[in-house]
Amino acid sequence: MTEATHSAPAPSPSGFRLDRSSWAWVGVAPFLLFAVLFLIAPTFFLIIGAFQDADGHFTFRNISNLFQPSIIASYWISIQISAASAITGAIIGFFMAYAVVLGGLPRWLRPTLMTFSGVASNFAGLPLAFAFLATLGRTGLVTVFLVKWFDFNPYAHGFNLLSFWGLTITYLYFQIPLMVLILTPALDGLKKEWREASSILGASPWQYWRYVALPILWPSLLGTTLLLFANSFGAIATAYGLTGSSLNIVTILLYAQIRGDVLHDQNLGYALALGMILITGLSNGGYIWLRARSERWLR
Amino acid sequence: MKTSKIGPWIAFTLGALYFIIPLIATFEFSLRLKRGEYSFEAYRIVLGDPRFQATFGYSTLLALATIVIGVLLVVPTAYWIQLRLPKLRPVVEFITLLPLVIPAIVLVFGYLKMYNSSSLLPLTSSPWSTNLLLTFGYVTLALPYMYRAVDTGLRAIDVRTLTEAAESLGAKWPTILFKVILPNVRSALLSGAFLTFAIVIGEFTMAALLDRPAFGPYLQLIGANRAYEPSALAIIAFFVTWACMGLIQVFGRGARGASPETR
Repeated sequence: MTEATHSAPAPSPSGFRLDRSSWAWVGVAPFLLFAVLFLIAPTFFLIIGAFQDADGHFTFRNISNLFQPSIIASYWISIQISAASAITGAIIGFFMAYAVVLGGLPRWLRPTLMTFSGVASNFAGLPLAFAFLATLGRTGLVTVFLVKWFDFNPYAHGFNLLSFWGLTITYLYFQIPLMVLILTPALDGLKKEWREASSILGASPWQYWRYVALPILWPSLLGTTLLLFANSFGAIATAYGLTGSSLNIVTILLYAQIRGDVLHDQNLGYALALGMILITGLSNGGYIWLRARSERWLR
Repeated sequence: MKTSKIGPWIAFTLGALYFIIPLIATFEFSLRLKRGEYSFEAYRIVLGDPRFQATFGYSTLLALATIVIGVLLVVPTAYWIQLRLPKLRPVVEFITLLPLVIPAIVLVFGYLKMYNSSSLLPLTSSPWSTNLLLTFGYVTLALPYMYRAVDTGLRAIDVRTLTEAAESLGAKWPTILFKVILPNVRSALLSGAFLTFAIVIGEFTMAALLDRPAFGPYLQLIGANRAYEPSALAIIAFFVTWACMGLIQVFGRGARGASPETR
């Protein structure tokens, strides 16, 4: 604020315009300084650390050490859970968004779903883990219900909330709403005229979706799926609250590493973080690129 | 559209069930503390726990500090970009998206490396400065949402005309920012603020790794040691989130009346 004030030494508008080219950047200096101190430099130092040994010499050893079975396994389980929850969430989210936008359901359902999605997409972390323990845990309501009425105990058939599918089902609670929130505007962009035109030209609903709607929607669909992937890849609190540290996803491994250097190698920890940045960076980059493509049709 | 409505109804109903059942189950579970009867005992225990009050108060305070610092950082920047430096817009927008790319756990790992007690700027060496570091961390996490909200708000008003009008009436920069621009993006600011609050209040990773007595680590402690209280806490957290989102809707609606572009 004050910086912006100082950057305008002359109170008169004309005086200001004279030196705007040289001094205007001072107005964003506080923001840039903040970004460097608390966003860019910390990340940069981690990346540097990933390429150093304990004495500070340059090395690729940390990167190659990432390819040991236990670390690869934790990346892999993270990728699998993120992909499963992203793809399932995208499909269910698509059908829910479709149902309220184009499905001809009562109009009041749409704002209700949107509001609820806003809440549920932010209802993550530990409270979400508690909610699913109360639902699908060993004494959870749904488990008890299934045992009592259908004589079916999911835990006797290999289900475990503290597992791959348990975590995936839990993650869907914030993945589906995020999909609904992002996809609804895209579905709104499908103009009624396109459907009418294709039906006048004799296209079946399937042909309309195959040749008109999906080619327009696919950047949004794929892009949002990538966003959901990154969203669950970086998540930790839900998994930590649900499984403690029994499920070895990469965020939990990194958490243990930061807490107590479980890898017995500080620099390997930095390389672990670098691997995460790469994966979330790639999927977010894909999302941003695809979003730019999809916006062509949504004006 | 003459297509059948059965499919959409099935999709909507199944989805709705998936979202509602966990809430019912959590609520039911939270009432089970006393054997053989439903009671609000778990809520009484949780709300009466001094650690609950202390950590919730701490996180509330931190959330408010985050909102204030976030607003002071984002509003002048977004305003300045709009008015004088449109060329820098892609750079600033890219920076504000970075916290979505870099997971919070990686960010706090970087803080611990960069600000440890033997570094140039040893922010983690005293509780006071660690609180500050955690607040800055939260400002970073909230940056994408805060910037997006404020930028949308600023685009909906005519920043240039307002500024020139204020200037020709003799207003100085602080007056323009605080008395002209800020009130005009008030509803956008409130949206950003409530979203920030919802993010900060239960945040676990940063608070736990910086070892601060926030609400998130308290939730984890209770979750690991108690049976029914976590459900009560989950219901409370759900209502806090719901209240934040509800307030966003209320204030967003106020904005829609004033300027149709604001959401």
